[in-house]
Amino acid sequence: MLKINNLHARVEDKEILKGINLTVNAGEVHAIMGPNGSGKSTLASVIAGKEDFEVTEGEVILDKENLEDVSPEDRAHKGVFLSFQYPVEIPGVSVTNFMKTAINESRKAKGLEDMPAKDMLKLIREKSELLEIDRKFLSRSLNEGFSGGEKKRNEIFQMAMLEPKLAILDETDSGLDIDALRVVANGVNKLKTKDNAVIVITHYQRLLEYIVPDFIHVLHDGKIVKSGTKELALELEEKGYDWLKNEAVVK
Amino acid sequence: MDLKEKLVSSFLAFENNVDVDNPVHDIRTAAIKNFEAKGFPSKKEEAWKYTSLNSLQKIDFSIFPKMESNLEFKDVKKYFLNEIDTYKIVFVDGVYSSFLSETTHEGVDVCLMSSALNKPTYKAVIDVYFNKIACKDDSLTSLNTAFSKEGAYIYIPKNKIPKKPIEIIHFATGSEAAALLQPRNLIIAEENAELQIIERHQSLTTNEVLTNAVTEIYAAKNAIVDYYKIQNDAHSSSLIDNTYIDQKDASHVKVHTFSFGGKLTRNNLNFYQNGERIESTMKGVTIIEGKQLVDHHTLVHHIEPNCESHQDYKGIYDENATGVFNGKIIVEKLAQKTNAFQQNNNILVSDKASINTKPQLEIFADDVKCSHGCTIGQLDKDALFYLQSRGIPKKEARALLMYAFANNVLESVRIPELKTRINKIIANKLGVNLGFDL
Repeated sequence: MLKINNLHARVEDKEILKGINLTVNAGEVHAIMGPNGSGKSTLASVIAGKEDFEVTEGEVILDKENLEDVSPEDRAHKGVFLSFQYPVEIPGVSVTNFMKTAINESRKAKGLEDMPAKDMLKLIREKSELLEIDRKFLSRSLNEGFSGGEKKRNEIFQMAMLEPKLAILDETDSGLDIDALRVVANGVNKLKTKDNAVIVITHYQRLLEYIVPDFIHVLHDGKIVKSGTKELALELEEKGYDWLKNEAVVK
Repeated sequence: MDLKEKLVSSFLAFENNVDVDNPVHDIRTAAIKNFEAKGFPSKKEEAWKYTSLNSLQKIDFSIFPKMESNLEFKDVKKYFLNEIDTYKIVFVDGVYSSFLSETTHEGVDVCLMSSALNKPTYKAVIDVYFNKIACKDDSLTSLNTAFSKEGAYIYIPKNKIPKKPIEIIHFATGSEAAALLQPRNLIIAEENAELQIIERHQSLTTNEVLTNAVTEIYAAKNAIVDYYKIQNDAHSSSLIDNTYIDQKDASHVKVHTFSFGGKLTRNNLNFYQNGERIESTMKGVTIIEGKQLVDHHTLVHHIEPNCESHQDYKGIYDENATGVFNGKIIVEKLAQKTNAFQQNNNILVSDKASINTKPQLEIFADDVKCSHGCTIGQLDKDALFYLQSRGIPKKEARALLMYAFANNVLESVRIPELKTRINKIIANKLGVNLGFDL
């Protein structure tokens, strides 16, 4: 589904990604771990098409299509979803209205009519139940005054509504207490099918107890320095990242 | 002949059509003298540093424009707030249109300045209020006073509340290549009275229009006045709005100014707090582009103790647009426990747009809370990316962010249908249809 080949990216003069190779197939869950500043969030943003980053080499291929020059909104229409570490507050626009706009813009891009109001309400009800979201919450302004946990839960709610092919969860666990973490993870697990894929970006192993990955990749200094199965997370938890950094240097 | 000379000499012609024995005419005569002495303000004056009236003075304005009589309601329906019932005071090229208006004398007076100035019934009120709070020294206000003849007259007696909001609408039909309009409004809310007003100036063609309006508002003890100014005019129209507000004990006056269009718009909004426990609120949203200019000059004069003032102005400037915000707050020595708050936030969408923002605080009391802040920034790129990553195209995403930026001013509009209307104007202006009423 997703194939990243030798991806280099920089912001201004600073090179952040230095040759990433990654293949994600439908039905898989991948975790990307690594110390602060290793390039995890940059990788997520580059896949989603953030224009601040310049891709200097390599490519991101989604379903055989090179995403170079594809705008963030078109990537979303093609099924890419990024759950943000710091979701943005939009005063005056309710969660419901925001979702209506997002869904109908996607439909418009696919040449479909707006979703009938009745279907929209049904979908909202169904997905908000999945994430244990109170109805009152849906009429609040998007992310305005939301707690950290509410913001993250709302991100996954948006993911549930948009039903992406490829979901990237950027530090979705940060700022979550254990109950919220369970709800969010449970939501992600229920949305998982054999046709979609998830990339979980996290600093800690904790989230991976709830969203169990098929593969784990460790990012350091803009490169994937180690890949493995879920057991790698435990090893990282135990030893930290330093041994990998050293290993990378030795290599 | 330049515009000033033309105006001064036109005063003689004007006198042929008004009752020169009316005491009001002495006020007019004094005013034309002041205008003749001062002339139009120039950029040398601090208050007009960023806004030049030079090019407007070169236009050959018709001082007494002909009225276009063929205007039909269906042609102008969209400028009214049709969703709710309102009183309407409508002027076409400066002349009252009884056909488009809906006035009342049932318990309250919602009618015409020309009646108020000429009929004996209103004499007592006119003697007390006409041209009392308006600045007699200001040249543009004097110009309006000199030619004052028509406008809205609203008198709400003690404990009364009109049944519905009042719309004051001025249409310019383009019957002249260039028309000067000078409406004069007088609004009085007696003790415990309450009213809502929506004011709009609308040119129906691309012919040049200059409106120099003066509005005097008197809010007696406990009165509540909610005033909404919608400035969404043609690119060939200019507006100089001079509004003077006199407040007594515990009155609350709010003025919202929505500036979305016009060639040059200057708002001189002046609050005088002549009492205690007064609240004065000024809020504004400015969204302009092209070569438009919107200049907000506010003044709050805190004269007595325990009063509050709140100012919150948001501006979004695109292309070559220019904004000015000058917020002057005077706190007299006697005005202890004053709470004055001022905020002006701006977004420059283009590199060529500019904003000049200046707080001007003169505080003579020592136990007061006065805060002011201004920001100038750009649309947040991260926020834009967030919206785009949800599948919302860039244009719509930008519109949503601009809307969110202006939201807390829009939120305080207390007539829901008006709020919806303003949201639609904004969506229209930003060229988006978001599938819901913003």
